[in-house]
Amino acid sequence: MIALIDYGAGNLTSVRKALTFLGAEFGTPQSPAECARYRALIVPGVGHFAATSALVGTWRDTIGAAARAGTPLFGICLGMQWLFDGSDEAGDVPGLGVLPGRVTRLQGLPEQGLKIPHVGWNALQNPDGPGPSLAPFTGRLLAGLPSGAHVYFTHSYAAAVTPACVAATTHVDPFSAVVEHGNVFGVQFHPEKSGEAGLQIIRNFLEVARQC
Amino acid sequence: MLTKRIIACMDVRDGQVVKGVQFQQLRHAGDPAELAQRYNVEGIDEVVVLDITATLESRQALARTINAVARRIFLPLTVGGGIRSEDDAAAAVNAGADKVSLNTAALKRPDLITTLARRYGSQAVIVAIDAKRRDSGFAVYVRSGTADAARDAVEWAREAESRGAGEILLTSMDRDGTRSGFDCEMTAAVSEAVNIPVIASGGAGGLEHFADVFTRGHADAALAASIFHYADTSVAELKHYLRDRHIPVRL
Repeated sequence: MIALIDYGAGNLTSVRKALTFLGAEFGTPQSPAECARYRALIVPGVGHFAATSALVGTWRDTIGAAARAGTPLFGICLGMQWLFDGSDEAGDVPGLGVLPGRVTRLQGLPEQGLKIPHVGWNALQNPDGPGPSLAPFTGRLLAGLPSGAHVYFTHSYAAAVTPACVAATTHVDPFSAVVEHGNVFGVQFHPEKSGEAGLQIIRNFLEVARQC
Repeated sequence: MLTKRIIACMDVRDGQVVKGVQFQQLRHAGDPAELAQRYNVEGIDEVVVLDITATLESRQALARTINAVARRIFLPLTVGGGIRSEDDAAAAVNAGADKVSLNTAALKRPDLITTLARRYGSQAVIVAIDAKRRDSGFAVYVRSGTADAARDAVEWAREAESRGAGEILLTSMDRDGTRSGFDCEMTAAVSEAVNIPVIASGGAGGLEHFADVFTRGHADAALAASIFHYADTSVAELKHYLRDRHIPVRL
């Protein structure tokens, strides 16, 4: 059973529909204490980083402790940003801090049509080497995905490319599109809205959870 | 690199897709979920469901339509047509819409843009602008294009952005249904005036019209309805055409 954490940041209907389509069993814990009943956690979310302040306190402590104890944790979009130490979007709200680094605002280049927010389909690339490349991906979350696969983004903030980054995407500059560190996973885009590529990523997380 | 989006619009009445369409290859003619599924296989980037009647009865049928589409295809799904209140938007979102498109209601009650952006995020709020050329500038029309709103499209797009809209869906009423190409000048004027993405609509007839609106029109996305319903122009064919002309697309 997977826990889908609902902290009021946007609409979870799409994530629920994708999990249902993939045959996953999931529930929404009503209190932090209930998290212990689930074998994996998904933190979704869209919108302003300040919305994650609903998780500050017991939720944050519980999810952090579960992640450190090896429970698979998957952050989607705002949920991925929350895995880091914090975000410039809401400087006084602490992130979960299971990944080092800070989320910062993307830079646009309007004269080249590169606007902020970054909305639409963009490519995932291997972040290793001097620049993002089409070398095959490493890690469990991107298993079976061809490098260069397109996924659907809608965001204005992102984390820089850090050692946890297993796929980068470039919008003016490269940023972390997918992170994976042990049992902690995150995607900056919306896998539930990214067609077959997105479904494959969710399937991969469900497989990680199953084997745990 | 961020790709240019190709969006298919389905005009829906009482749960069925309408507009001069040829559905021979579909088992149930006019079934939105089935048509959306075909577009998904062909590589469409996004789907818009437009309720063209927006009566109370059709609203309930609409929720079933959205649910049926969202259960089967995992792409961004926008719902528009008669979204007049926070409750209308909530019904669409709860049924599975990722974005709602506001038109007349946004002009009448611009604070609705802000209210919905606060509740669902700006990415979920599209402001649709129907506009016609005039001697200088572009006049905004409301009520399905029947009433002059006494606003300029560029100025209204700027205001919509400042109030929290995440995208602008710009329809040229001069070109709509003519298949003579998008209004690239109008699209470029709006696209250069705002920082949010602009979706061009109205006039798609041939593959070259899409290349035009992405280059000369500076559009971030292009929307069409009937052109995709016909089997002679598939989404896949369009995307290969664009890629061959160095316009980035998702293939």
